Amino acid sequence: MELLLQYIVAGVTYGTIYAIVAIGFNIIYNTTGIINFAQGEFVMLGGMTAFTLKEYMPLPLAILSAVVITMIFGALIEIVFIRWLHKPSVLRMIIITIGLSILIRETALHIWGEGVTALPYFTGTSVTSVNLGGVFISPQVFWAVGISSIMVILLGIFFNFTLLGKQMRACSANREAARLCGISTQNMVTFSFMLSAAIGALGGCIVSPITYVQYDSGSQLAIKGFTVAILGGLGNSTAAVAAAMILGILESFSIWALPAAYKDVVSIAIMLIILFVKPSGLFGNAAAARLKEY
Amino acid sequence: MSSKFLQIFGFAVAIIAIQIFTQITDSAFHLTQLTMTAYYSLLVIGLCMLIGYAGQISLGHAGFFAIGGYISAFLTTHNLTAMKGKPFIALCSKFGLLVGRKDLYGGDLLVFHPWAACIIAVCTVLIVAYVIGGPVLKLKGHYLAMATLGFGIIIYRIVLGTSGLGAADGISGVPGFTLLPGVTISGSGSGKILNYYVAWGILITGMTLLLNLISSRVGRALSAIHGAEDAAEAMGIPTANYKLKVFVLSAGFAAVAGILLTHYNGSIGPSEASVMKSVRYVAIVAIGGMTSIWGAVSMSLILNYFSLRGSFGTYDDAVFGVILILIMLFAPDGLIRAQVLVDLKSFFKRITSKEAAL
Repeated sequence: MELLLQYIVAGVTYGTIYAIVAIGFNIIYNTTGIINFAQGEFVMLGGMTAFTLKEYMPLPLAILSAVVITMIFGALIEIVFIRWLHKPSVLRMIIITIGLSILIRETALHIWGEGVTALPYFTGTSVTSVNLGGVFISPQVFWAVGISSIMVILLGIFFNFTLLGKQMRACSANREAARLCGISTQNMVTFSFMLSAAIGALGGCIVSPITYVQYDSGSQLAIKGFTVAILGGLGNSTAAVAAAMILGILESFSIWALPAAYKDVVSIAIMLIILFVKPSGLFGNAAAARLKEY
Repeated sequence: MSSKFLQIFGFAVAIIAIQIFTQITDSAFHLTQLTMTAYYSLLVIGLCMLIGYAGQISLGHAGFFAIGGYISAFLTTHNLTAMKGKPFIALCSKFGLLVGRKDLYGGDLLVFHPWAACIIAVCTVLIVAYVIGGPVLKLKGHYLAMATLGFGIIIYRIVLGTSGLGAADGISGVPGFTLLPGVTISGSGSGKILNYYVAWGILITGMTLLLNLISSRVGRALSAIHGAEDAAEAMGIPTANYKLKVFVLSAGFAAVAGILLTHYNGSIGPSEASVMKSVRYVAIVAIGGMTSIWGAVSMSLILNYFSLRGSFGTYDDAVFGVILILIMLFAPDGLIRAQVLVDLKSFFKRITSKEAAL
């Protein structure tokens, strides 16, 4: 029983990071209809930048700076590479964002090298743990789950109650209509890149002590994040969080049945099955899905 | 018809000229990379057919390449001596599928004949492509890209995590592949020139096949699908059927490329299955202009050759990333096409007319 709970805790920990990446995907997808293949790279950049900055400043400040830097970086990417394209085809956008992800990864390799980096635990050390009814939980897990929950709530408030958030939603609902209402759709796209870069970077900082971050962590996270986004139904962030927990826990249990080297195989196979069987996602609406093209 | 023949003839002449050039300048060592380039190009033209003509992206072709290469490598190196008594093995032996040879230390080896291994590998890839192609090709856009990417990653993870396939080391000691008596695909020094011609000969055969296919009824149907799938469907073209066939065909090209290159190198490693490889192939097709077999081949020749020579150093992947972005931003229809010249002309005209106005 305790072992079971332990696996669930491990699953939730991984689920948290997947959820963060998936939310990043969804934000950009909602405003632009683009899947940003470089989303995982934002997570990597956040973790790596914070690791470098913490040499010069206290940890919370380093994390904050890393998030801001990645956010500016996200805006730059959008302005330089995407903003001026006139109605690009999906194939073109896929290839451009893949190219960007390669470029960011290779640049990170030349800046930080191949080494694995990890931020220190926010509280305690790697060996401290909280005993909850026989289950040992690292305090970092509480940080990860806590900060992510707060982030999801804040995002909900942002999208529902602030003008900027409403403008971004308008942009995703109907771009032309939003433009007619005087919303600068181009700026909304830039904002969505900034927002998802910031979320990704914060996620990278939170999980860095547990999972470590290195130059090529990004692409793996991206595919998991996409799996989760699909599982929940693309564009639906609340469902993505639930789907992330499911995938995290499934993955964590797969180690029981299969060698750990096949962990990724399990989650990607799940993604393929979902794509083949129900591309609108587990929580998607079949009637709405019929109107969409997959 | 005749212009196509002339193009292919010209290409063959260029291939011979390169060989003679290396002979004269005493730089025959370049032939090794050029031979490998030919095999990679075989995959690239297959992918070009899929992306450019059928309009379906695949980010998992390195997976097909690796399945072909790995099966062939495994079957031709895995020693079956201990299992000699098993009925299945005895049956294979009876049909002449197995060959015995001595290993490095004089021990007996009983392995599959390269031809048998090759056929098994190609058939496996075709079946895999057919099975996953059905549901995958129903998807569009991002979903298609992600599904093929996912397939590629699954193959990569499996070859990396399976100790029977050498895990991170891959399989080495793969024997040469005797296509015909006297014609062996292997990396040994003596057959370098022969191997160069065999590789490019196979590539030219593949190109001829595809070029003929493109200018046939099938090719026109495919470009109709690329242009407007719904319209093509309405015109009575069985779009799903055609897409699947091209997918399987291009997977077959990838498998053959993987098998032959594995025998040529004498080894295969998990890096051949990596996502970066798949992206690289897509990059080459994109730079070549998507809908141009010639463009794809010429770009594949240049980029693969320099990459294999190590000209890009540690920036190898970055170079491909940069090229990919630049091409997609500024010339989404590729570099090798007449329109580029027209664009450049009008660009210069604008500049010169501005100068004249000043």
